[in-house]
Amino acid sequence: MLELTGITKSYGTKRVLDDVSFRVGSGRLTGFVGGNGAGKTTTMRIVLGVLGRDGGEVTVDGSPVTAADRRLFGYMPEERGLYPKMRVLEHIVYLARLHGFDKADAASRAEALLVELGLGERLRDNVETLSLGNQQRAQIAAALVHDPQVLILDEPFSGLDPLAVDVVAGVLQARAAQGAAVLFSSHQLDVVERLCDDLVIIAGGTIRAQGTRDALRAAHAQHRYELISRGDLGWLREEPGVSVLSFDGGYALFDIVDADGTDPDDTARRVLQRAVAAGDVASFTPKQPSLAQIFKEVIQ
Amino acid sequence: MNVSTPSFAQSTWLVAEREVGSKLRSKAYLISTGILFVLALVGVLWGGFSAQSDSRTPVAVTADTVASVADNPALKATEVADAAAARALVQDGTVDAALIPGGTAPFDFTVVAKDSAPTSLLQALSLTPQVELLEPSDVNPGLRYLVALGFGLIFFMAALTFGSTIAQSVVEGKQTRVVELLISAVPVRALLAGKVIGNTILAMGQIIGLAAIAIIGFTVTGQSGLLAGLGAPIAWFTVFFLFGFILLASLFAAAAAMVSRQEDIGSTTTPLTMLVMAPYFLVIFFNDNPLVMTIMSYVPFSAPVGMPVRVFLGDAQWWEPILSLVIMLATCAAAIWVGAKIYENSLLRMGARVKLSEALAG
Repeated sequence: MLELTGITKSYGTKRVLDDVSFRVGSGRLTGFVGGNGAGKTTTMRIVLGVLGRDGGEVTVDGSPVTAADRRLFGYMPEERGLYPKMRVLEHIVYLARLHGFDKADAASRAEALLVELGLGERLRDNVETLSLGNQQRAQIAAALVHDPQVLILDEPFSGLDPLAVDVVAGVLQARAAQGAAVLFSSHQLDVVERLCDDLVIIAGGTIRAQGTRDALRAAHAQHRYELISRGDLGWLREEPGVSVLSFDGGYALFDIVDADGTDPDDTARRVLQRAVAAGDVASFTPKQPSLAQIFKEVIQ
Repeated sequence: MNVSTPSFAQSTWLVAEREVGSKLRSKAYLISTGILFVLALVGVLWGGFSAQSDSRTPVAVTADTVASVADNPALKATEVADAAAARALVQDGTVDAALIPGGTAPFDFTVVAKDSAPTSLLQALSLTPQVELLEPSDVNPGLRYLVALGFGLIFFMAALTFGSTIAQSVVEGKQTRVVELLISAVPVRALLAGKVIGNTILAMGQIIGLAAIAIIGFTVTGQSGLLAGLGAPIAWFTVFFLFGFILLASLFAAAAAMVSRQEDIGSTTTPLTMLVMAPYFLVIFFNDNPLVMTIMSYVPFSAPVGMPVRVFLGDAQWWEPILSLVIMLATCAAAIWVGAKIYENSLLRMGARVKLSEALAG
């Protein structure tokens, strides 16, 4: 488990990270979400030790991270970095060997990984001849080839087409299933929502929310329901504790509002019972807030 | 699965191997090295054969005039029956000139030539007063100039080529951010050491190749005399170049680490480039100035050129190259230390040029 405690960082007088603390559990995918300039990349670079920190601590399984620990990290920097004039396979083999694999092992691992990521046809091409999406896949291979226990990926999905997103997501999930702690940042909130187990939301250099995806959703639940029925739903407007947002004959979207300390769930149940009594209910669905909604709410 | 933390030496060697491999795959590098080797071979062979070929002036003589040209190394005499036969040989071009009996004092012969008398013949036949040299030079000034120029040029070209290569390699790593991946796997100093060693291997490969071409060329053309004189200077040059290049390479790598883009390399490496060019110009202008050459042979940046030239001229005592080498080694160690510090402090700082004071701090 990777843990950050009270990380601070300033550039001159500008404080870019302020008391950043969160955990990345082993075997879990943790999404790291924030706007531009929120501090995601700075945080990741500090974890990797490519940037110094002014205060705080980074620990793995309770002990401070050393250079030897970092050797077992996998990193994908925000600005992609591979030698343009090296062949794809040769490059990944080189990185594997730097991480301590012998020649034969490095070669077989690198090839298997590149094939898994869909680059099997391009192994002997120079990195610079690959499309951006394929360079991205090669970059992911560079981060994964040494079977890291901790994976730090800065925007691994940017620039990938939907199929490639699925391939990469599958690879990351497999790594997490094998026990790696995976932290990745992304602007594609729908991908993060679909993929991650845990979420960390950062804004202005401070952590605004963190926890499991489901817990965050529950915490920001807004008691919003969608009701579809064959009968007329006009009565909803007069129902106490209900605020209708959208209404069209047999369709209604409404929020349960706080009414004299009544349990919102009770109100919802009452509405459903009345709807069933009034006619044929096609569906009654609680609307979960999307990650995008939670994100907007949290960073305000 | 065979995975273990690689040692510092293993990491260094992997980095060095990549440096060498990527350079050997560059067509531009292979072609330019090939051209350099061919030019060196042509130069050595041309020099050797032209020294060997018969440059004597052919002249025709009769029984009466043969004594005047006997034992003259500049002339190749052909004895004919009489003046008429000698004239005929001049006429048909077999000889450049003929010496026929009869002439004005102090000569007892007349030179016959087609349209003008060959200068070499006239010089050979001229009377010159006795000359006494107080400080005779045992090395021909032309040869001294050529040897000095040769060492100067080779040092300058090889040091600059591979100095720029290492600088570009450092900035390439920074610019593409691949360095962020590398240093999460290997220590920063192993990265620097690998780059320096890799480029030193490349540079030494070129120097040893040139030395081999020179030795083979001199042997093939039968210039064993020149070879005996140049053998020791070439050996010293190779040793001095090795450490001189490590010294320069560490500084080139450090200077390059201070910038983040290829376009900015010049701003930090220009002083080093000047330092590499200086010995070349100094030997051209001062190869006959013993004081300047002595100073040059001890200053580490110019010793790889200065000391071999002095050894060639026979000016250096046996212990002088050794003392100079010790100074070189000490400077080399200091340069590696300073270079590593600058490299470590600058490598991850992107954007604007890192100030020297900041690069040295901490």
